[in-house]
Amino acid sequence: MEKHAEFKKIATTLRKNIIKMLNESGSGHPGGSLSACEIVTALYFKEMRIDPKQPKWEDRDRFVLSKGHAAPVLYAALAEKGYFAKEELMKLRKTGQMLQGHPDMKGTPGVDMTTGSLGQGLAAANGMALAAKLSNKDYRVYALLGDGEVQEGMIWEAAMFAAHYKLDNLTVFLDNNGLQIDGENKEVMNIEPIDKKWEAFGWNVIKIDGHNFEEIFEALDKARETKGKPTIIIAKTVKGKGVSFMENKVGWHGSAPNDEETEKALAELGGEM
Amino acid sequence: MSKKMATRDAYGEALKELGKINKDVVVLDADLSKSTRTNWFKEEFPDRFINVGIAEQNLIGTAAGLAAAGKIPFASSFAMFATGRAYEIIRNSVAYPKLNVKIAATHAGITVGEDGATHQSVEDLSLMRTIPNMVVINPADGVEAKAAVLEAAKYYGPVYIRLGRSKVPVIFNEDDYKFEIGKGIMLEDGTDATIIATGVMVSAALEARKKLEEEGIKVRVINIHTIKPIDKDIIIKAAQDTGAIVTAEEHSIIGGLGSAVSEVLVENYPVVVERIGIKDTFGESGNGDELLAKYGLTSENIVEAVKKVLARKRG
Repeated sequence: MEKHAEFKKIATTLRKNIIKMLNESGSGHPGGSLSACEIVTALYFKEMRIDPKQPKWEDRDRFVLSKGHAAPVLYAALAEKGYFAKEELMKLRKTGQMLQGHPDMKGTPGVDMTTGSLGQGLAAANGMALAAKLSNKDYRVYALLGDGEVQEGMIWEAAMFAAHYKLDNLTVFLDNNGLQIDGENKEVMNIEPIDKKWEAFGWNVIKIDGHNFEEIFEALDKARETKGKPTIIIAKTVKGKGVSFMENKVGWHGSAPNDEETEKALAELGGEM
Repeated sequence: MSKKMATRDAYGEALKELGKINKDVVVLDADLSKSTRTNWFKEEFPDRFINVGIAEQNLIGTAAGLAAAGKIPFASSFAMFATGRAYEIIRNSVAYPKLNVKIAATHAGITVGEDGATHQSVEDLSLMRTIPNMVVINPADGVEAKAAVLEAAKYYGPVYIRLGRSKVPVIFNEDDYKFEIGKGIMLEDGTDATIIATGVMVSAALEARKKLEEEGIKVRVINIHTIKPIDKDIIIKAAQDTGAIVTAEEHSIIGGLGSAVSEVLVENYPVVVERIGIKDTFGESGNGDELLAKYGLTSENIVEAVKKVLARKRG
């Protein structure tokens, strides 16, 4: 059997559900959801200590989707994991339904933090990680940042904080797909050298291919073993990954596929489930 | 009313007490712990004190995460920065998910004095009041401030507590004072008009009442310590009984107590209203008491407003 075949299969399922739910909702963010499928799969289906039957379990690991617009990938993973019924996915963004355009911890089982306004998730993850230390609990906290998002000043306030308080129970992924709404990061507002910035802020920095499970798992192992500092895994990814006509296309940041595009995308992903 | 105490000092004392009775209480500050008095908590509970440095957005964002993990964070800075700089984080990361974060901000209002307009927050009540799920408290003296802080810790959800830098007269007696969120307090009764005051203006309102009494005018005085949820009943009753209202606050007349009271009245029992407050302008450097006089926030200004509202009432 192919290595990590099981996880690759889950990532593909998440991709299909992302496409289907966005087609159904008629709006939302496919690009940055598709780029994070392997990362979210690795966290929810291997790394994290969680129990879908007890979404508020005190000792669970936490995940903060700081790039909240990638909510579809989180919802797809939570549904796949059994936090709520998969039918809910097809009611995304509809009036009176549970799944909001951006994650809502009060309304959705399994969502650990309300996010959507960029730049705020890392501080919240810090607070959770610090709470674990204060209470002598061994849970870990994970966060996923967008690469455009690190243009927010608050990210660097939080970056300083996590290193200062030696939050080694915190692991952050940077979904480094290189694109944001107005274009490429390097054109809109250059974030490079992004690894050196985090290093200078006192973080353990690991660079990987964000679509390679072997590298993701290895990085997560290293993060767990690293003491005295937080870890950021800078994951090189492809925005729109898995759907050829969406890959590396700025236009697919925040628009939903129509029926024809959906059919094409699902066919590329191996057809209907 | 000879004793004076700053509400920030009462906050510092309340935190020390809270630290003993509730191990989940943690205190955050943004490099102003000596001024906000959170360093009093730090001295006794260093492990539960978190300095975030000069970073108010991170102050609130970190507090949100601590609350999401079961802690009861008290986040402090000056009112200007806690509510202004961090406004959107308060809205989206604290109030929307209804997290158990207490924002206790000192140096509110124009009585900050010498630091000038950049540090004089006269919009904070307005900013906090418009956010759903937010409880907004503005204590009148040290006794009330301490009681409010202890009560806020028992209540689950976001609370904003507005505190001052300067010493203000102690109005209440600690032994028999009871604080209830959302409940106004009638301090003196009267029939001609009602002064509804909040924060440092409550003692000015009591002084104004004495002066008016000498002229044969009897006014009711109500202390509104909770701006939101506001005590509608006590306001409507005052309108029904006295037919004229004067509001008094050390805050902009836009969006604070004067607005909140007016909203209750127009929807329930419209009567003539005069509002004492900062009149849509920035402050300046100067002595706190002198600034109160310059910007129309004294007991004399309240007396004038009562006379004006009475003239309007008679039509």
